[in-house]
Amino acid sequence: MVLIDDRELEVLINEVFEYYGFDFSGYSRASLKRRVDRLLHLDGFRNFTELLSKVRSEPAYFKHMVEEITVNVTEMFRDPLFYNVLRTEILPIIGTKPFIRIWHAGCSTGEEVYSMAILLKELNLLHKSLLYATDINALVLDVAKKGIFPLQMMKQYSENYMASGGKKDFSHYYTANYGFAKFDSELSEKMVFSQHNLVSDGSFNEFDLILCRNVLIYFDKDLQDKALVLFDDSLAKLGYLALGTKETIKFSPLQNSFKQHNKEKIWKKVQ
Amino acid sequence: MEKSPIISGCKVVIIGGSAGSLDVLLKLLPRLTVATFAIVLVVHRKSSEDSTLEELIAIKTSIPVKEVEDKIALLPGNIYIAPSDYHLLFEKNDQLSLDTSEKVNYSRPSIDVSFESAADVYGPALVAVLLSGANADGTQGLQAIKAAGGIVVVQDPETAEMPFMPRNAIENLTADYILGINDLYEFISTINI
Ligand SMILES: C[S@@+](CC[C@H](N)C(=O)[O-])C[C@H]1O[C@@H](n2cnc3c(N)ncnc32)[C@H](O)[C@@H]1O
Repeated sequence: MVLIDDRELEVLINEVFEYYGFDFSGYSRASLKRRVDRLLHLDGFRNFTELLSKVRSEPAYFKHMVEEITVNVTEMFRDPLFYNVLRTEILPIIGTKPFIRIWHAGCSTGEEVYSMAILLKELNLLHKSLLYATDINALVLDVAKKGIFPLQMMKQYSENYMASGGKKDFSHYYTANYGFAKFDSELSEKMVFSQHNLVSDGSFNEFDLILCRNVLIYFDKDLQDKALVLFDDSLAKLGYLALGTKETIKFSPLQNSFKQHNKEKIWKKVQ
Repeated sequence: MEKSPIISGCKVVIIGGSAGSLDVLLKLLPRLTVATFAIVLVVHRKSSEDSTLEELIAIKTSIPVKEVEDKIALLPGNIYIAPSDYHLLFEKNDQLSLDTSEKVNYSRPSIDVSFESAADVYGPALVAVLLSGANADGTQGLQAIKAAGGIVVVQDPETAEMPFMPRNAIENLTADYILGINDLYEFISTINI
């Protein structure tokens, strides 16, 4: 199997920035290297130079590369206990506002956004909510917009849903057809999808809740801190920031402006 | 074991295991007091959020068990356990990274993934141990570690509750040491001294 070395990885990062303006220099090298190795293997390159020249000369291939090196694995109601806390503790507080704005940063194929819509619907808050969902990868956003997921995943998602405190029959949220589950359009009515790069794009609204789960793990510390500043700038006073179960704002210069919600990976902006 | 090997300059001892490995760890770790190196455990576990494995191990050893969060510093003298549902990776600046990419060998964390990443960063300063298991995970990772100049130790399949995993490794590469549980303790306790 062809493997790239550290120097080649840096060459690729530099060239991609020069040719396309995408800056991967703040990405975790350990993960990025694995993803590029995987791409070399998947697309059958004989060596690094071949990959590099294709990336340089074919913008469509570069787009494909971005789609492949980002990790898009996701689930509905991933970490059910986290969703339980949203349901019972966080959303009821935000729900007292006349209007709710939520941002899913790095939403991937949208499973997290549909899970949120289900929570909001059950709390009777969906009608006054707006869910902004963004990702760097255009392909996953297309999937997310459709709200169609593999039917074979529904057993697991239904279990997650119940473990998160869901009481309904999960299957009433979708229609099964040809091996796919299409989620009710009522859930997606309040969703807005768009491409947004956490490295280079700025704040675009003020939110009551921002979820950025399992995205920062692909960044190095400096880029994580930079993204946290962006979230801070995009949060209303007393708004909440939710990260993945193994991510933290501890050690970030921003930690003093936030108060952790018990032991959850949820922080409230206090100043 | 006839004689203790002399291993010096070791920064990380990484131990991979699957079915039947917890028992070995619970026998091994309480006896170790070290450490001049970091101990990293990558054990196949159910994908659930509970931290029972960390707790089980923490009460059995005097070596501090660190809760692994993304970008935590990897320091000598501590035990780090790969959390469930994430692959564990190593950064050149001695930090750990987590990754939710596809399962490898039906596993996340996967032993191969962590072994390969550790080989890349620590090369000859790495000692890897592969324990009992019923899965082929670990073999490819050990190959990467050998190629990078690290030391490869495999649990003697005769002493493993599930011999498949160590046997698969032995059949596909030349392990530096094949050790029973007791010898494994002797071996690790002489590293860097
Ligand atoms: C592992 S998925 C997380 C999905 C979901 N939040 C979850 O926790 O299940 C990570 C997502 O982050 C996106 N991502 C990576 N780099 C990004 C960037 N610079 N800006 C925005 N999104 C990014 C990837 O495309 C991918 O869809």
